[in-house]
Amino acid sequence: MSDTTHAEAPLSTTAERQAVTSQAGVTPSRDWVIVTRGIKREYDMGGEIVRALRGVDVAIRRNEYVAIMGPSGSGKSTLMNIVGCLDTPTGGEYWLNGTLVSSMKDDELARIRNKEIGFVFQTFNLLPRATALHNVELPLVYAGMSAKQRRETAAYALERVQLTSRMHHKPNELSGGQRQRVAIARALVNNPSILLADEPTGNLDSTTSAEIMKVFEELADQGQTVIMVTHEADIAAHARRVVALHDGQVSSDTRREHFVRENEQIIAAKQH
Amino acid sequence: MLFIESIRLALATIRAQKLKSFFTLLGVCIGVMFLIAVVSIVEGMGRYMEQDLIGKLIGVNSFELRHRPNINMGDVDPSVWESYRRRPRLYHDDVAPVVEALPAGTRWAVVSDNTLPVSSRYSGGPRNAQISAIEGDFFAIRKFVVTEGREFTPQELEMGTPVVIVGPDVVKRLFPGLNPIGRELRMGGLPYTVIGVLETQGSAFGLSFDNQVFAPWQSPVRRQLNVVPSIVDAVIIQVPSAAQMTETQERVRQVMRVRHKLRPAQPDNFSLQTSESALAFWNKLKRYLVLAGIALPAIGLVVGAIVIMNIMLVAVAERTREIGIRKALGARRADILSQFLVEAATLSTVGAAFGIALGVGLAKLIAAVSPLPASVAPWSVVVGVALGAGVGILSGVYPASRASMLDPIAALRQE
Repeated sequence: MSDTTHAEAPLSTTAERQAVTSQAGVTPSRDWVIVTRGIKREYDMGGEIVRALRGVDVAIRRNEYVAIMGPSGSGKSTLMNIVGCLDTPTGGEYWLNGTLVSSMKDDELARIRNKEIGFVFQTFNLLPRATALHNVELPLVYAGMSAKQRRETAAYALERVQLTSRMHHKPNELSGGQRQRVAIARALVNNPSILLADEPTGNLDSTTSAEIMKVFEELADQGQTVIMVTHEADIAAHARRVVALHDGQVSSDTRREHFVRENEQIIAAKQH
Repeated sequence: MLFIESIRLALATIRAQKLKSFFTLLGVCIGVMFLIAVVSIVEGMGRYMEQDLIGKLIGVNSFELRHRPNINMGDVDPSVWESYRRRPRLYHDDVAPVVEALPAGTRWAVVSDNTLPVSSRYSGGPRNAQISAIEGDFFAIRKFVVTEGREFTPQELEMGTPVVIVGPDVVKRLFPGLNPIGRELRMGGLPYTVIGVLETQGSAFGLSFDNQVFAPWQSPVRRQLNVVPSIVDAVIIQVPSAAQMTETQERVRQVMRVRHKLRPAQPDNFSLQTSESALAFWNKLKRYLVLAGIALPAIGLVVGAIVIMNIMLVAVAERTREIGIRKALGARRADILSQFLVEAATLSTVGAAFGIALGVGLAKLIAAVSPLPASVAPWSVVVGVALGAGVGILSGVYPASRASMLDPIAALRQE
């Protein structure tokens, strides 16, 4: 699957990234969807301070397809929560689309999540009692769209993931791959700035995983910024850039080609 | 989030969890049901008291001169009873001076009554009936209509002719399947000829107003009614308009005080009973009944509120993940809060609606199988719905605020 013929969006260079992450307090240009500067996240676990993130600098340009990789405990989930505006950092800056979101209040964050971020979870997180269509409509409900417009928009999003025929089925009547495609449709329905996927293939078999990875590939080709968090090297290899985390810090930030070369044996072993 | 959307969601949740919703509804449903039923019956009794019973017993714009009141609802002190017992009776000799003192256009009637056995040769043993010996405009004051036969003539009243006018129940019992006009019935061993039949008056509290026999006051039947035949139980006086009530009562009072030789400092030893005086007691009683009618269901509603709060807390715990998903997709605190509030309110309003239907049914059932009348008060339906929604919102506040405060990350992690 790595031998795709699609024209790939230009990746940001290391120099550009360093330039934008080093200027503390300066609003990044609209070109940069995500800029974090020295992000820290500390938890107070009954008197003991746990440092999940110890100063993370990440810059992601529009249309990039990035994997955030790392073993468990590396802080990748914490980073994903902050990038997804579900959590706020205890230190550092987080700029989303030129807006400083790291100091925002709960309700402002909710609005940002609604407008700017499309989540895809490992466990799909669909409402079990609602149909696929209604699940996809949900973000539009909180965006305040009228019922009729909602239905049309949601139906179109389902068409994009080729699920029009399963629109009126409930999650328990859908296969794992179909459920994840519903979740992708739901993530895309509000035209978010970033598609944020957390272990999107963790609960899927390898055939279905490949199918979902193909969907992500196509979305990236259509210009969608995709950020995928995973601990599996072969899944990370589908992205065009891989940011590796280790002990709450960025340990490497490389193009896919480099990453694949370094991890060839692992990936080859898993794929065959 | 839109309000309509919240209601739709709440109804979907109720549909999806029928059994749980049923138990949730039950408390409010029962509370509202009893509220409606109790209030309907109190209201029905009240309406009956005000419009029918009091009117039938006393009549509009009228008062009764009696030696003591005959409508004593509620506690009468034993010492008061003692003073009633010592009062002198009214005699027929008192009637003429009282009538003389009345302003022009005033109607009056004399009545003595008692329950006596009545028999006829067309039926089996004697039957008890309310026997009244009357004089004056009795039927006009009481709005009694003779539907068959005729009323008493002035001559019959004056002469005490042994003729009677009877209620429909008496006809049914003593003259089954027969036309009673011109036939004979017997009271106190003497024959009386039926000359008229009254329109039905209905019944209240199991008491029929149709089991009545009326005879001229001067007829021999009065010897059976009181130990002294010249005793008059009541003089009924009806003034043309309410404005004349007080003045007319005052005139009658003065006449009676003179006749009973009362000194100015002595209290009246007779009663002037109006429909208001009878109603006053009823209104007092009604206040307590309505209060009880609200207080008792209120206990049910409190229980209902606690049940709803508990079930909503369980629902919040069960749906933590759903709340997490909704928050991740952009639901603000207010959205989650209103979702659970509307859900609780919808649940209990649906419960209240069932309660209203059951309460109305219960009231009608009670009215059908017992002598208690029932009338559904519109305000009680409004109160029922408002209480239902109110109870839901109140008991939903705490669980809903807990839901809205949930941290989305923790909520999403929940299995």
